[in-house]
Amino acid sequence: MRLIRRSIVMAGLLLALAAPCYAEKIVMAGSTTVLPIAQKAAEIYMQENSSADISVRGGGSGVGIASIIDGTCDIGNASRPIKSAELEKAAANGRDVKAHVVAMDGIAVIVNTSNSIEGLSKKQLKDIFTGAVSNWSKLGGSDEKIVAISRDSSSGTFEAFATLALDGAKVRSDAVLQASNQAVASTVARTPGAIGYVGLGYITPSVKALPINGTMPSKTTVLTNKYILSRPLFMYTNGAPSGLVKEFLDFIKSSRGQQIADEEGFVALR
Amino acid sequence: MVNFKERVYKWLFTILAFSSLVFLAGIIIVLLSESLPIFSKVSVFKFLFGKSWYPTYEPAEFGILPLILASLWVSAGAMAVCVPLGVGSALYLNEIASYRQKAVLKPLIEVLASVPSIVYGFFGMVILAPFLQGFFHIPIGLCALSASLILGIMATPTVCSIADDALSYVPNSFREASFAVGADRWQTLTRVVIPAAGSGISTAVILGMSRAIGETMTVLMVAGGAAVIPGSFFDPVRPMTAAIAAEMGEAPVGGDHYHALFAIALALFAVTFIFNIIAEMISRRFRIKLGLSG
Repeated sequence: MRLIRRSIVMAGLLLALAAPCYAEKIVMAGSTTVLPIAQKAAEIYMQENSSADISVRGGGSGVGIASIIDGTCDIGNASRPIKSAELEKAAANGRDVKAHVVAMDGIAVIVNTSNSIEGLSKKQLKDIFTGAVSNWSKLGGSDEKIVAISRDSSSGTFEAFATLALDGAKVRSDAVLQASNQAVASTVARTPGAIGYVGLGYITPSVKALPINGTMPSKTTVLTNKYILSRPLFMYTNGAPSGLVKEFLDFIKSSRGQQIADEEGFVALR
Repeated sequence: MVNFKERVYKWLFTILAFSSLVFLAGIIIVLLSESLPIFSKVSVFKFLFGKSWYPTYEPAEFGILPLILASLWVSAGAMAVCVPLGVGSALYLNEIASYRQKAVLKPLIEVLASVPSIVYGFFGMVILAPFLQGFFHIPIGLCALSASLILGIMATPTVCSIADDALSYVPNSFREASFAVGADRWQTLTRVVIPAAGSGISTAVILGMSRAIGETMTVLMVAGGAAVIPGSFFDPVRPMTAAIAAEMGEAPVGGDHYHALFAIALALFAVTFIFNIIAEMISRRFRIKLGLSG
């Protein structure tokens, strides 16, 4: 008798657990830059639409685009445009990759708060990161060795920086490489001679953001394209989005979704 | 019936024992098949001795000499820390400590081995690196020295427990004979016990080195990550493991970069494999010398 009762309870429990499986599901993967927007938007969207089940993973821009190509996710996040090699691969797999710009991101150049430099031109920035200049005194600062801090060469932020600031030139080989925006910011905060670059959302009072070509990185200057180190953030889908994927993307592009992007430290599209 | 049961056990354990061989073979096959494509783009010589690692540029450069040297450099530094610490503690545990001291100390040293490597990494990043930066007045604390110190501490329990085993294999009759001819404790230690356990201690050192060269998380967080040929212990470096861990997530699957990372893994595997074979050969010689096995 007890066994029967127990198995009924178990069956009920199993059913209750299985119920959410009937809900519509979105799997997102990709750029860690886009991750905070995607995560927050998914959280709020799921609170309001209890039938939706959205899972968000990181992995990086390359992973996001690769997952769309392999068909292992519904939305692939990336902080860079898709490469031609990836497009070819997508075509070979029969995928029709569509890009959706969900927000803008500015890359801020940061130095230690003890640094007396008040701004850099794009050329000076390029000289620093390619190794042409190695001492702050050459740029009007104190006599201190420049410690260039970069991101790993495969991160989306690195690629954006290499394109926007270095015109594709190689980063000096002795640059210290850090794995995340947060790690760059905290290393710069601890290292007097350091210079690094991070997303706009990672500017804190413990580091000093520099104007580039006379323009401070800010939401306005990024959106108006006056600040040269700015880039769009993408969500990729296979074909034109439909169903829940479309509703979710519309939500992110709506004023509520853009407010989330803004709160997470990015630049809203409107 | 008993006979049948015994046969089942025999087969069961045979299969279990051979399953690890299957895993080893699987790993070698995957490493080879995933890394070979890169060698149609870059020659083996250029790959191993090339001085620049720019895997994501056009044209890409896949020279891993800076990464190999960084791994060796950092491991050598780690050895300088963990050999005195590990062998010293093993000597103390075996020759000097009382039974009660040993009962407390040995488990405590082994706790060091159970600290997750990311915790060591955090410690290195937040406490050790800023300290060294201020102490030596170097531009940045994330460098080969910090990585060496942390790795050395991490490898200490490995070295200590293997060296401890080696020392405990030295028969007590050796020590008694030495004391009997009038040698004091120090002479017995340096002229009898250490030479007798010598190859066992060498094994400990080599396995400690394997441990240090294969460690990933800590060097990723602490070594600085600059893919440049190290000129001093104060330079930031990028060991092979750190390069693989940092770049694999973003390397397009099936691309040159992806295959190059597998080739680094293959090189790393070869290095640790050779270390382990040397360690095995030395320890075999040691057992024969002491008459422990034929």
